[in-house]
Amino acid sequence: MKNSALGRRIIACPYYVWAAIFIIVPLIMMVYYSITNPVGEFTIDNFLSLGKYSKAFLLSITYAVISTIITFLIAYPLSYAMTKLKISSQRMILMMVIFPMWMNFLIRTYSWISILANTGIINNFLVSLGFEPLKLINTPGAIILGMVYDFLPYMVLPIYTAMSKIDTSLLEASDDLGCNGWQKLKKVIFPLTLPGVVSGITMVFVPSVSTFYISQKLGGNKTMLIGDAIEYLFNIGPDHYNVASTLSLVLMVLILISMAIMNRFTDETDEGVII
Amino acid sequence: MRQNENIVSLKNISVAFDGETVLDDINLDIRNKEFITLLGPSGCGKTTTLRIIAGFVEPDKGDVLFDDNKINGVPAHKRQVNTIFQRYALFPHLNVYENVAFGLRVKKTPEKELDLKVREMLKLVNLTGLEKRKIDTLSGGQQQRVAIARAIANNPKVLLLDEPLAALDLKLRKDMQTELKKIQQQLGITFIFVTHDQEEALSMSDRVVVMDNGKIQQVGTPKDIYNEPKNAFVADFIGESNILDGVMIDDRLAEFSGKKFECLDSGFEKNEPVDVVVRPEDVDIVPLSKGMLEGVVTSITFLGVHYEIIVDIGGFKWMIQTTDEQFVGDKVGLYIEPDAIHIMKKSEYSGKYGDYSSYSEEIDHLSDVEEDEN
Ligand SMILES: Nc1ncnc2c1ncn2[C@@H]1O[C@H](COP(=O)(O)OP(=O)(O)OP(=O)(O)O)[C@@H](O)[C@H]1O
Ligand SMILES: [Mg+2]
Repeated sequence: MKNSALGRRIIACPYYVWAAIFIIVPLIMMVYYSITNPVGEFTIDNFLSLGKYSKAFLLSITYAVISTIITFLIAYPLSYAMTKLKISSQRMILMMVIFPMWMNFLIRTYSWISILANTGIINNFLVSLGFEPLKLINTPGAIILGMVYDFLPYMVLPIYTAMSKIDTSLLEASDDLGCNGWQKLKKVIFPLTLPGVVSGITMVFVPSVSTFYISQKLGGNKTMLIGDAIEYLFNIGPDHYNVASTLSLVLMVLILISMAIMNRFTDETDEGVII
Repeated sequence: MRQNENIVSLKNISVAFDGETVLDDINLDIRNKEFITLLGPSGCGKTTTLRIIAGFVEPDKGDVLFDDNKINGVPAHKRQVNTIFQRYALFPHLNVYENVAFGLRVKKTPEKELDLKVREMLKLVNLTGLEKRKIDTLSGGQQQRVAIARAIANNPKVLLLDEPLAALDLKLRKDMQTELKKIQQQLGITFIFVTHDQEEALSMSDRVVVMDNGKIQQVGTPKDIYNEPKNAFVADFIGESNILDGVMIDDRLAEFSGKKFECLDSGFEKNEPVDVVVRPEDVDIVPLSKGMLEGVVTSITFLGVHYEIIVDIGGFKWMIQTTDEQFVGDKVGLYIEPDAIHIMKKSEYSGKYGDYSSYSEEIDHLSDVEEDEN
């Protein structure tokens, strides 16, 4: 017994080293930078200067909330419908959902530019039919579309997994006890898929709230989200690393708080669905 | 409603899955307030029959009547029947109380009435005090009780039970048999019970429906089924039977094993070939001089209350239960009373059952245990 425990610890060793180098050290550095100035003296000025980024914070959160809600509204019915199909069709749809994830994130976003641009596919089509071209690119709608498109798989996978794990006899039992379709969804299916919903929301909300590339490419340079601000600050030079770190730290704390709130929903039911 | 009126009727029901016939022209009238059991080997269509009544399967042919109204096409949630599922199907996200309250909440029962009903149900199944427990913290027997309480809290007219006791150990199963029977009498509702355990079926039911291969083989009281099996399948499936090839020479006179025997059956054609059933407990071992048949003991098993011995009579192996000790190789005489002989018409099952030549007590018991554990 002892030997195998020791063995396990030895096997886990690379993981601890990996975690130390790539998670713990950067975290410590981030905290260190956020409470010092460029010459290494302790300061809280970085935090005091965050006021001018409040709009970016607010915007990021708004966009993230909206795109999370939309991905949920797409993913939930989709997963539900999928479980009603033959297994082979379910696999097929799942493949189609996952497939875009194999493509590079930048390319996926770029392809939306060519679809939405003023002389892009949609507008060329409209013009050829004699309509006025629409302003699609560089709008908040385009940003949200990009986020929904990019992060949808992260919502579908955990919800679909939770949904397909529901024992059909539970659904029959709820029929048997008098539930119509809506009551069945509300009283049985939703509570049983809640852990999946929570994972999905977390997995979409976190990257959405910190995203930077999508907003630049699809939103033009008008909208600065918090991710863009951090990227910008890191790009203009070492003097701005400190404020950028502070922003990252605050964003991280925000995300942790929202995850903690989300997880409260599942505390009463059982363990979350982890993918 | 009057007693004995039919509450559920199946008329000429046929079902096929993927071209495979699962139920073949089932006709069955179920009387109000009776305890009726569907009994048959695995895969014979018992669950499918229940699911047709519950509304989870639509028959390809035939009608389902409830209180004399046709209910084909009525969805499950609108039928006045409740089911106890083979694996309970309790809601894991709800506690015991909420599981039992589920059907009542769906019907928007006022809180006060609901609370009274749930507590009454929990008391009926001896679960008072466990209201707040999560389902996965309960033992198998307790989950079983929750499933019963959840189903009967809705005041169904008919309760469908699909092998509800199969997952319980022997002792618990016996207790639950008694309890279920008590609950059924107390509530005065119809129970349609499924099992492949013949002892369970005989001891609990008002009537038993023996099924095989998608067909009903016989319907009757446990006594009828045991004493007057309709064919070799029923005779063999219910209890132990020696089933012999015979000829009905005349009314009340049968010939088998090369001898003529007086019996009580009549109504067959003269010299009609028949199947003859003799139960192992109805054969007496007597001195050779007094025997109607004679044979050689080929194996003996001591079973506590009696011995089970195999006797070779002209190549056919009989099973006989006796309290007198015998020895392998002994020549013995057999005596059979006229009322111990039961004559059946020939059927597709003739010749397939009722010979103990390949019989081994151990193997039989092992396979019984395996079945029980499933
Ligand atoms: N949904 C289905 N699709 C295809 N075949 C099915 C389906 N349901 C049942 N069957 C088949 O129908 C036959 C009867 O099944 P059923 O479940 O009614 O048997 P049963 O008598 O309840 O058996 P058991 O004692 O094993 O529960 C079996 O051969 C089974 O494989
Ligand atoms: Mg079954």
